[in-house]
Amino acid sequence: MTDSLTSAPPRPVWVVDRWSETRALEEAEDRAVSQPAAEGAVAIETRSLNVYYGDVHAIKDVSLKFYRHEITALIGPSGCGKSTYLRSLNRMNDTIPTARTTGQILLDGVDVGRPDVDVWALRKRVGMVWQRPNPFNKSIYENVAFAPRFHGVRKKKDLDEIVERSLRAAALWDEVKDRLHESALGLSGGQQQRLVIARALAVEPEILLLDEPASSLDPVSTAKIEELLFELKKRYTIIIVTHNMQQAARISDRTAFFLNGELIEYADTKTIFTRPSRKETEDYVSGRFG
Amino acid sequence: MTAKIVDRVMTAVFYLIAALLVVLLVGLLGYILARGLPKLSWTFLTSPPQSLSAGSGIGPQLFNSIYMLFLTMLFTVPIGVGGGIYLAEYARPGRLTDTIRAAIEVLSSLPSIVVGLFGLIVFVYYTGWGYTLMGGALALMLFNLPLMVRTSEEAIRAVPHEQREASLALGVSRWRTITDVVLPSALPGIVTGAILTAGRAFGEAAALIFTAGMSTPRLDFHDWNPLSPTSPFNPFRPGETLAVNIWKVNSEGLIPDAKEVSAGASAVLVIAVLLFNLMARFLARVFYRRMTAAKL
Amino acid sequence: MEAHPLIAGRRTREGFRDRLGYAATLLSVAVILVAVAAIYLFVFSRGLATFFVNHVNVLDFLFGTEWRPTLTESEGGPKFGVLPFIVGSFIVTFFSALIAGPIGIGAAIFMTEIAPSWGRKLMQPVIEILVGIPSVVYGFTGLTLIVPFLREHAGGLGFGLLAGILVLAVMILPTVTSISVDALSAVPPEIKAGSYALGATRWQTIWRILMRASAPGFVTAVIFGMARAFGEALAVQMVIGNGKNMPTSLLEPASTITTVITMNMGNTVAGSVENNVLWSLALLLLLMSTVFIFAVRWVGRRGRLMSR
Repeated sequence: MTDSLTSAPPRPVWVVDRWSETRALEEAEDRAVSQPAAEGAVAIETRSLNVYYGDVHAIKDVSLKFYRHEITALIGPSGCGKSTYLRSLNRMNDTIPTARTTGQILLDGVDVGRPDVDVWALRKRVGMVWQRPNPFNKSIYENVAFAPRFHGVRKKKDLDEIVERSLRAAALWDEVKDRLHESALGLSGGQQQRLVIARALAVEPEILLLDEPASSLDPVSTAKIEELLFELKKRYTIIIVTHNMQQAARISDRTAFFLNGELIEYADTKTIFTRPSRKETEDYVSGRFG
Repeated sequence: MTAKIVDRVMTAVFYLIAALLVVLLVGLLGYILARGLPKLSWTFLTSPPQSLSAGSGIGPQLFNSIYMLFLTMLFTVPIGVGGGIYLAEYARPGRLTDTIRAAIEVLSSLPSIVVGLFGLIVFVYYTGWGYTLMGGALALMLFNLPLMVRTSEEAIRAVPHEQREASLALGVSRWRTITDVVLPSALPGIVTGAILTAGRAFGEAAALIFTAGMSTPRLDFHDWNPLSPTSPFNPFRPGETLAVNIWKVNSEGLIPDAKEVSAGASAVLVIAVLLFNLMARFLARVFYRRMTAAKL
Repeated sequence: MEAHPLIAGRRTREGFRDRLGYAATLLSVAVILVAVAAIYLFVFSRGLATFFVNHVNVLDFLFGTEWRPTLTESEGGPKFGVLPFIVGSFIVTFFSALIAGPIGIGAAIFMTEIAPSWGRKLMQPVIEILVGIPSVVYGFTGLTLIVPFLREHAGGLGFGLLAGILVLAVMILPTVTSISVDALSAVPPEIKAGSYALGATRWQTIWRILMRASAPGFVTAVIFGMARAFGEALAVQMVIGNGKNMPTSLLEPASTITTVITMNMGNTVAGSVENNVLWSLALLLLLMSTVFIFAVRWVGRRGRLMSR
């Protein structure tokens, strides 16, 4: 345990102007990860992860590695545990009183499941977006600026910059730049979802967890979100839960198939959809159940 | 056939009962206002009471009522909202939470006179303050806390869970999530609850007789120093409120025009209650419209 | 070992705020807990002093019918029999609930079953305003309207138990109604639909189905009303006449536990026997209101068991 702690180079978590630094670093990595199937750097991984809700064993012994600058899709029928698994990666399950987790979640070689880990710092690095857009009941500007301010950005100029940069990154800037101080609840569903993504980007995470981010949106908005994810993948590691097989096939580099809380199969997306090695996977991706 | 006749008769009975309630309210309000409104004048509302002769005003009592309301809300709102936050955000099912809920239930159904007697021991005798506005405000706070806690807990619970998750997932602390995300959304409900609480506090008398007393010292309304004994703003002076005054002049019967004075004071109280009620309704509707309009 | 940023711990300022905020909410809750505990503690200790310090006999207190606190020892006093007041309290509580119960439940049925749309829209504010009217205003109205009316038409002074009962009945009516409305609203609509489908009239459905399904809720409503009536002090004091003797008719002046406390607490010296006796009355009041709370809880549990 101690070894893994010291072996990882400490990353400056709270330094705000990490953006440019990371970008340079990641552009270099971009070239390295041009082929999705190649084994890149691991962004986050779980080892023998188990999650219980009260007496229900929701996640059973899942070990998975997610690679930097890839989109990994988690698929499976409703109730298979994929959302629960996603939520455990940034310890959002902590907010459910009956939830209990065993096993390891490794970020930078640190087991972030440990009780002494700073969950605020963890969640700052591992952002999350939900199925239904859930902007705060605040202005567009405040939605984005809220978390950076909490994490220590005080100057108006810096906040302005973060807001613009995040909204641009979420492909929303041009649509809202003239009404930043209007309520976010006035935006359309698709715009709200991109705002939620911008909000998550504002704290400069490394990993984005998306829980069916397009399932409540119309086809046009969905296409915009998918396009955006493709763009975001250059800088971030993306893990997406989806119900939509075509979506998983279109955008992801790797796919993990879950069934009844177990990881059935994990491979690059092409393999999963064309020649899966497990019967259950084949049945599911060919639409025979779920 | 008979079943149908019985049904019609009973329907008529229910209409009668409803009509009775409406008539009761209209009659009550009409009576109080008809008797009290003619009495209301600027002089009546501002001049001091007489101890033995006719011609009393209710100036100091009206001031005391409003000032006491201000003082008690100063305590009730923060503590009530704090309790609401605890129950809605932090409380885990278990013994402690059960005890807290039972305590709130007990406190809310205690007769107000018992709360007044408790105030007598603690805020009058034990502190050595004697009868004070502060003692009355604290007794009223105890009496009103359950309502404030309950309404704010409800308002806070009504905020969608996704709002909290969104904030927590950004690495924001629980407390800042509550103060910056949850409370602004719960504000309409909390404000409505506070207004209802204020309405109740304004008319309460039994809890005040033994805490804030039944007299008011000679007040100098030019003296704004809250430490001076003749200043109306001194919270540590006795202060009889309007509601207490109504009870006092009628049970002591020392002034000849007790009924007229009380009629005027009752009208003021009833108008205040109606205003509080209307305000709560109006705010609730405005906020409701704003919330639903924003979601479309 | 150099601290890893993920484990380095929370920045002190927000971490401190987080803990402080939690502590503040806990403190708010503690205020309530301490207040309730202190209320019981103080009322018990003062109320029991009568028996343990002043050695008044509990049975003489509870069942004595003579209230003569100033009678000297040579005259055979003082006498602290509070039975007339206890009886007075129970009479006004019982009869006011007897009046307000059926009317309140009827009004609730009107609001939920007979005219759910406009009836509710009309009655809801009526009830809320009735709840909000201060008790001294009810008392004043009773004093200037009900008492003279009784004096003219029923004889006697007009002050008495009946005046108290009528004032209290009006006061608890909105309480009974609003809780009954909650009970009726909680009845699943399928149950009603089933009854109508069998060809039952509205009244048959109300009588056979709704009354049974909401019975625990109605009981709760009436108990809450009784608790309010039992604890009300000023409105009753203004109209009941404050007689000290055992009531023999509803038209006679009488007293209740609360009115005796209200009248005398300010005129007795703290620590004197007479003052302690008043605290014993307050203790009785506290015990009764506790009984009401437990009754409500018990009915609530029974109701849940029944509906299973």
